[in-house]
Amino acid sequence: MSVNTLTIEAARDALKKGEITAVELTESCIAAMDAGDALNAFVHKTPEIAMEQARAADARLAQGDAPSLCGIPMGIKDLFCTKGVASQAASNILAGFRPEYESTVTAKLFGAGAVMIGKLNMDEFAMGSSNETSCYGAAVNPWKVDDRKLTAGGSSGGSAAAVAGDLCIAATGTDTGGSIRQPAAFTGIVGIKPTYGRVSRWGTIAFASSLDQAGPMTKSVRDAAIFLEAISGHDEKDSTSADLPVPDFEAALTGDIRGKKIGIPREYRMDGMSAEIEALWNKGTEMLRDAGAEVVDISLPHTKYALPAYYVIAPAEASSNLARYDGVRYGLRAPLEAGDGIVDMYEKTRALGFGKEVQRRVMVGTYVLSAGFYDAYYNRARKVRALIKRDFENVFAQGIDAILTPATPSPAFGLGEMASADPVEMYLNDVFTVTVNLAGLPGVSVPVGLDANGLPLGLQLIGRPWEEGDLLNHAYVLERAAGFVAKPSKWW
Amino acid sequence: MSIDIETARKVAHLARIRVDESDLPALAGELSNILTFMEQLNEVDVEGVEPMTSVTPMRLKRRVDKVTDGDQAEAVLKNAPDAREGFFAVPKVVE
Repeated sequence: MSVNTLTIEAARDALKKGEITAVELTESCIAAMDAGDALNAFVHKTPEIAMEQARAADARLAQGDAPSLCGIPMGIKDLFCTKGVASQAASNILAGFRPEYESTVTAKLFGAGAVMIGKLNMDEFAMGSSNETSCYGAAVNPWKVDDRKLTAGGSSGGSAAAVAGDLCIAATGTDTGGSIRQPAAFTGIVGIKPTYGRVSRWGTIAFASSLDQAGPMTKSVRDAAIFLEAISGHDEKDSTSADLPVPDFEAALTGDIRGKKIGIPREYRMDGMSAEIEALWNKGTEMLRDAGAEVVDISLPHTKYALPAYYVIAPAEASSNLARYDGVRYGLRAPLEAGDGIVDMYEKTRALGFGKEVQRRVMVGTYVLSAGFYDAYYNRARKVRALIKRDFENVFAQGIDAILTPATPSPAFGLGEMASADPVEMYLNDVFTVTVNLAGLPGVSVPVGLDANGLPLGLQLIGRPWEEGDLLNHAYVLERAAGFVAKPSKWW
Repeated sequence: MSIDIETARKVAHLARIRVDESDLPALAGELSNILTFMEQLNEVDVEGVEPMTSVTPMRLKRRVDKVTDGDQAEAVLKNAPDAREGFFAVPKVVE
């Protein structure tokens, strides 16, 4: 077995016992990364930085001063600003941008001893569900049916492909409407979106500020707990980050959920739901019941309106956040003709630099915020959002500890398959995940089984705000009961 | 709600994105579809509901109003497509 296939937990233990060194582990991951170019997961490789960090990690290990992620090689989504390293949110408009500063998430990871081997592919500005809006081309799922190339999901598709393909031990993702949980489900790995405010957003390129949260994408629930703890906590540079103590998430994994109440929301049983997804959901319900939890039928009546509310609010916030890409301070400036004024510069730069989906969302956002439509669209969507949040508050007030739902409406689909589809059809991928962002709750995707073609399927658990420890414990029980150990067969 | 070509042109300009005349009909169609999808929201009774502003009910932290950083002109200008003599350079703004 090659050490790049290890979990954080196993690598941590092997490093501490001196069975491997951080340098050996990092070299193994860099070799896997270089051999994995067909997955198009890593888009900027940083082997020199990685080796330097690995040597520093070995020194700390030798001194017996090893923090939780000491010597663990990771991939970093291209959305995180990393000092001196290309960080362009998979957009041409940030071509050449090398931040002069480090995001809080990556600074915390490096403080915890983590090693960065490169930056990971994603949908442009995290807008997409298939990684196909990336300026680098789509990441490819390591899982395959016949010779068809499948999506690794989106927007954190590169992160998912890299972890599932064992190109690194773990990766950062971000989740605005499902962008950690859907790709995790499509690739058979674990992904958690923490409670809004648990992780600082500072230095993470903004998409929709009231929805964005960073989180871990890992090979196991325990890894997610270790990783999440390292990136959590208050940051004075992000006023929306919560000033709450960060619990020991790994210690929360007791494996005991006896007496806990699991809600099964009836509104998630959609018309036309695939029989396989429904069977998986029932199987997961039985696993939690067998573990001693009480299963309760619940109602989240405004579920149906989550997607349309999201596709008003997220583009509105995006249109405002992306106003900064104007060809003045960083990234691209379009070639100008004699006599072009500043508005020509803005318009040409943004037309050249933004891809089609980003342009579409910026324009939708501009429209719903424009005079005369602000109340009809934006304010109405924010009111519906309040009702969606209230739905969750009501069921938690009834004593529900966690909610179990499917993670995605289908297994991974083929790259290019949705190319001619209406944008709204692609948006339907987020149907089970988007409510969680609107309500600011933590949600985790856990691989539970394979479909008839041998592709991974995941279930989602939704937890109470700030109770990521308890949520991860439920996920841990589900993970152990499902015993998902399948790996994609290596074709790349 | 259907978006006509004139509205699509106006939205593109407000968003400061140059769209070719020939692409406006397709854009208008796409925007119309998305807005039709959003119109499901009209089915919801939102009488008396406050629009949600903050995800968590916590008060945002305040800090003392004082300079905490500065003297970073070089770093600030480092990524500019056109920077000269300590300034961002842009095409002529005033006629």
